[in-house]
Amino acid sequence: MDTEYAFRHRHILGIDQFSEADIYHILQTAGSFKEISNRTIKKVPILRGKTIINLFFEPSTRTRLSFEIAAKRMSADTFNISASTSSATKGETLIDTARNLQAMNPDIVVMRHAYSGSPHLLTKHIDASIINAGDGTHQHPSQGLLDMLTVLEHKGKIQGLKIAIIGDIAHSRVARSDILGFTKLGATVHVAGPATFIPPGIDKLGATVCRTTKEAVEDADVVMALRIQRERQNDPLIPSLREYANFFGINRKLLENARKDTLIMHPGPINRGVEMNPDVADGPQSVILDQVTNGVAVRMALLYLILGGEKNSTDGK
Amino acid sequence: MKTVIFYNGRIIDPANTDTPHRDEIRVADGKILSADGDAPTDALRYDLGGKWITPGLIDMHVHLREPGAEYKETIASGTAAAAAGGFTAVACMPNTAPVNDCASVTRHILELARGCRARVYPVGSISARSEGKALADYGEMKEAGAVALSDDGLPVLDSQLMRRALEYSASYDMRVISHSEESSLSRNGCMNEGETSTLLGLKGIPAAAEAIMVFREIALAELTGVAVHIAHVSTAASLNLIREAKRRGVGVTAETAPHYFSLTDEAVLGYNSNAKMNPPLRGTVDREAIKEALADGTLDAIATDHAPHSDLEKEVEFSLAANGIIGLQTALPLTLELVRQGTITAEMMVKLLSSTPAAILGVAGGSLKVGSPADITVIDPEKCYRFTRDGILSKSANSPFLDWQLQGKAVLTMMGGRITHSELSPDIS
Repeated sequence: MDTEYAFRHRHILGIDQFSEADIYHILQTAGSFKEISNRTIKKVPILRGKTIINLFFEPSTRTRLSFEIAAKRMSADTFNISASTSSATKGETLIDTARNLQAMNPDIVVMRHAYSGSPHLLTKHIDASIINAGDGTHQHPSQGLLDMLTVLEHKGKIQGLKIAIIGDIAHSRVARSDILGFTKLGATVHVAGPATFIPPGIDKLGATVCRTTKEAVEDADVVMALRIQRERQNDPLIPSLREYANFFGINRKLLENARKDTLIMHPGPINRGVEMNPDVADGPQSVILDQVTNGVAVRMALLYLILGGEKNSTDGK
Repeated sequence: MKTVIFYNGRIIDPANTDTPHRDEIRVADGKILSADGDAPTDALRYDLGGKWITPGLIDMHVHLREPGAEYKETIASGTAAAAAGGFTAVACMPNTAPVNDCASVTRHILELARGCRARVYPVGSISARSEGKALADYGEMKEAGAVALSDDGLPVLDSQLMRRALEYSASYDMRVISHSEESSLSRNGCMNEGETSTLLGLKGIPAAAEAIMVFREIALAELTGVAVHIAHVSTAASLNLIREAKRRGVGVTAETAPHYFSLTDEAVLGYNSNAKMNPPLRGTVDREAIKEALADGTLDAIATDHAPHSDLEKEVEFSLAANGIIGLQTALPLTLELVRQGTITAEMMVKLLSSTPAAILGVAGGSLKVGSPADITVIDPEKCYRFTRDGILSKSANSPFLDWQLQGKAVLTMMGGRITHSELSPDIS
């Protein structure tokens, strides 16, 4: 890494804010933190005295827990708030919530919200750093980064790889973060799904749109499936989960077209037998649980880098 | 009242073929006079130094929010913004609380407008409470002073009701103004559907949502033989339909708003709710098509769709933010940009912003004809300035043009002989 490099981001809102150097720096930092999680005493004092609030307006088990574990392993104090998005319609606005949190002087607010761009709004009304833990159908940057770390660990590189993403690209914040991230690092991202799941202009974000899943997974180094919902906000997208599974589900037969050493990924939670068959999800090529493990490391890296990185680590000794 | 004389200006008065003025515009007793003969020696004389003098601008599409949402705008504040923007008249849409769907609301609006700095022409609703179910009382509203009909903000989804509205309105000679939107396609959408909505993860509204309804309105105008006016056209697809309909002789007129030829949907980047309106800002192809349609006459008018909202409606999650932006004080400089680019001439600009809206609404104004009310705008096309929050006379500041460097400004506005906005001084005699 260039010695001149400095991580200059106060908020983490989307992958598109990062340069290639930023992404590799985060992944490298995350890699170096992984060892902490394997110690008998899984705790370092790096973020001692820091306050981190997990502000979740949408239900989440995995991501919230992952952020909480990441913070606690670095000795930060964490607080979880499960707010209802409907509170907006009941009177308290997002900005009021932000101001109330600010009054308690947190260092970082990790936020998940049902509406795209909500973390961007929060940054205008709060001094704390904001980490976007998933906003509507926009982005989920820490998920994108943990996906990149997982691929990097297993493949040794990202440049030149073919990544296939199958499923509901239109409504997936994970897909957007992955497309922007993997293509920035020189991979190609091929997407496939029924046309109701392919948003207009996704090619302009760097993805290659394939007509069939077979075409997308052909010689792919990575095959990722996204969680499927049949209908969103009165918008009929697919006729049935069964038909989806038959034509777009990831099964062994489809994977015969991919590379023998292809990685199988899924951001979870999986609808087994819909977007992915159990024998694929649990098969030898699956790295789905590695993704979860790496999630903690990536989030440790983000918390650490945002709060000043190297400078703070000496304070904690 | 002293006679007022504007001289040494460029008179732009394309609709006045009867009494063209050569050198000066003379005003007394609230009316435009002939410049023949000697002027009174005590006349107030304005040396315009080459500035433009035009008929007062008429905005045929504004939301004044009164009654019901006075914290966003009042008729007084909205007309003050209008005067500062060079407008002498505005047509206000009926989506107030209560909806302007009966004579008593129309009268109330006109009472509030008395003494204000611009003429206010109420637009009545097409349907009772704008619910899209039953006709409103057009005759009574007309008697009370309403000039046109619209359920603006909402489309009339029931085609039979729209057909009847066109037929029934003809008895009162009130133009029906269509907010064209097929709402099953636009449902939950909050910006233009395209690359930018995909990048931002926001639900898009396809161009087809507008074009489908524009096609229906044209078909109904053809069926009934009654002219229809299409509000705030934003897409190339709609313009193609309107252009072709006009060629066939169908009675259809159309307006666009300055934001549709000045911005694209990229203005939304960063989740800027001041770039959120309905119909939404579109892509580059649509923006260029709007300019072409202004140049070739497919579009008849430029109207602001001035839609004030406070921070309560705008400083929220983008998907929840209210639609609409203010526009009265930016319409003229943004349109002048088209003149500078050579897209339209200054004469065309005056038709789009004054003469044609007057003709569509059937109201006075739109020309400097001798004997007509002295509604006059003096424009300094060179003046450069920054459009800031401090300069906004509207009660709301929801503009995507905040802090833009603008060129061209109304430096004097006169309504019925009364100066409603002035940055000029008369000659010292």
